[in-house]
Amino acid sequence: MSADVLAVAEHRQGDLRDVSREVVTAGAELAGETGGDLHVAVVGGDVETFADALNLEGVDTVHTVAYGEEFNHDVYTQAITQLADALEPAYLVMPNSVNGLDYAPAVATRLDIPLVTDAVGLATEGDTLVGTREMYGGKVETTTEVDADKVAVTIRGAEWEPTEAAGEAVVEAFEADIDEDAIGSSVTGFEEVAGGDVDISEADLLVSIGRGIEEEENLDLIRELVEALDATLSSSRPIVDAGWLPANRQVGQSGKVVTPDVYIAIGISGAVQHVAGMKGSDTIVAINTDPNAPIMDIADYAIHDDLFDVVPALIEQFS
Amino acid sequence: MKVLVPVKEVATVEDEFEIDGTTIDERYLGADLNEWDDYAIEEAVQLEEDGVVDEVVTVTIGDEETEQTIRQALAKGADRAIRVWDDALEDVDLLDVGAKVAILEAVVEAEDPDLVLTGVQSGDDSFGATGVALAEAVGYQWGAVVNQLDLEAGDETASVHRELEGGIEELTDIDLPAVFTIQTGINEPRYASLRGIRMAQRKDLDHQTLADLGVEADAVAGDLRLTAMNEPESESDTTVFEGGADETATQLADLLREKGVAQ
Repeated sequence: MSADVLAVAEHRQGDLRDVSREVVTAGAELAGETGGDLHVAVVGGDVETFADALNLEGVDTVHTVAYGEEFNHDVYTQAITQLADALEPAYLVMPNSVNGLDYAPAVATRLDIPLVTDAVGLATEGDTLVGTREMYGGKVETTTEVDADKVAVTIRGAEWEPTEAAGEAVVEAFEADIDEDAIGSSVTGFEEVAGGDVDISEADLLVSIGRGIEEEENLDLIRELVEALDATLSSSRPIVDAGWLPANRQVGQSGKVVTPDVYIAIGISGAVQHVAGMKGSDTIVAINTDPNAPIMDIADYAIHDDLFDVVPALIEQFS
Repeated sequence: MKVLVPVKEVATVEDEFEIDGTTIDERYLGADLNEWDDYAIEEAVQLEEDGVVDEVVTVTIGDEETEQTIRQALAKGADRAIRVWDDALEDVDLLDVGAKVAILEAVVEAEDPDLVLTGVQSGDDSFGATGVALAEAVGYQWGAVVNQLDLEAGDETASVHRELEGGIEELTDIDLPAVFTIQTGINEPRYASLRGIRMAQRKDLDHQTLADLGVEADAVAGDLRLTAMNEPESESDTTVFEGGADETATQLADLLREKGVAQ
């Protein structure tokens, strides 16, 4: 059984994404445990520049696949599958990003190997891969074991420190045999979600609301607080999905990343996608009846009480 | 055009709960239609209302108790439903992606839909991989994390928006037949009307076993084993403001003034 690890980098619009250095870290840890080599693949775009950036500590070989500019899942699936067939790695590590979700399951299926997604921890015990995952929206952490010669995993962003130190990797061009007839999708462009009049990423004080406000009319109470504090209003995803606030107010992985001095999370449970957008705030305050809500794991200050009691009392303090 | 919508009944967990081995104690669990799948059903039903689609069929892997959730999907406008269950599934602790795909692949082969719409992920095990893995298994095209779907009657290609990170959307043309995993916010899922609920009682809900579908029992055993479950440890030292609402609001107000963000 091979002990090697193959990690797959990600880029968009000419930039290597942070998760590329994180898959290197996760891959290097696994390779350290198995005693195998760490291979890194980069597909499409300016592969030579990307290969330079991916020459990181712990990487033995960077494989470049010069085909196409941007992500295309058909190309990625073919290229990664062929590379995995050639290298036969024990572990294939991919990002649990939106694009990772668009090719990793297809690669695992095509290679006929098990897939562990959204891992927040990885270890090996002999030939067993031990993955840590979350279930029920982060309420529980689980240990999942896989006994197989080869396993594909996707890792959650920002769970592994990105590797920054330079390495001594060999760069090799991999000639993938891309079957163009099998390409059934084509990326035609990118669009930015409407910016609107307010840039929440510039605010010093954000009052952010989530599902806990229950009804759209309860927004009035929150707006009163926002006015009393001279703050900026933002929200988690469900509020935008419901159409109560425009998309430019959404904090999170798919929305804006914010770094205010103080972030007041009201009625927000703290789904991982939301936390990804606000954990860089200097001070995080959570108001939530549920003391076990995932937001409490990152809150600096918390009030375990009903927002409909606390918010009016807070408005009172500033009026 | 026929649309197949794999829908899942997911376990919901109360705020306070206890873990029993590798499951949450049943006393703290509820059941609901998976949130992401609700958007997938709505998208399929809207396509039918727009005359693009002729039939919306749902498929659920679940025991008899999931029929209540399946009726929800029917009440929202799906035309008929398939429920797959088998004794072989009773003892499966964690139905992993490969196992789900083995079952859904057989359903796709039997139904031969032009389009499969399903949620990006499920609210319980959150694999987020079944749709794309299914597409690969049945030889369909696919698109993951779709938050806009443009499709007219007779189209052989769908135009979709995929929601990337950081407020960027990717515009992609994808050939049919295809599987799209649907992101929340793509539409506004309807509530089931009383009329819809009444009509749902008369719609077909077809129970199929693995043998009916020609799936071997060992195909659903899966490769992943859930070996432990625990509550995550808190990473931060959170200061909890204690007292009634007036007291906690005062403490928070003091903090905001101290931080210089409010006066």
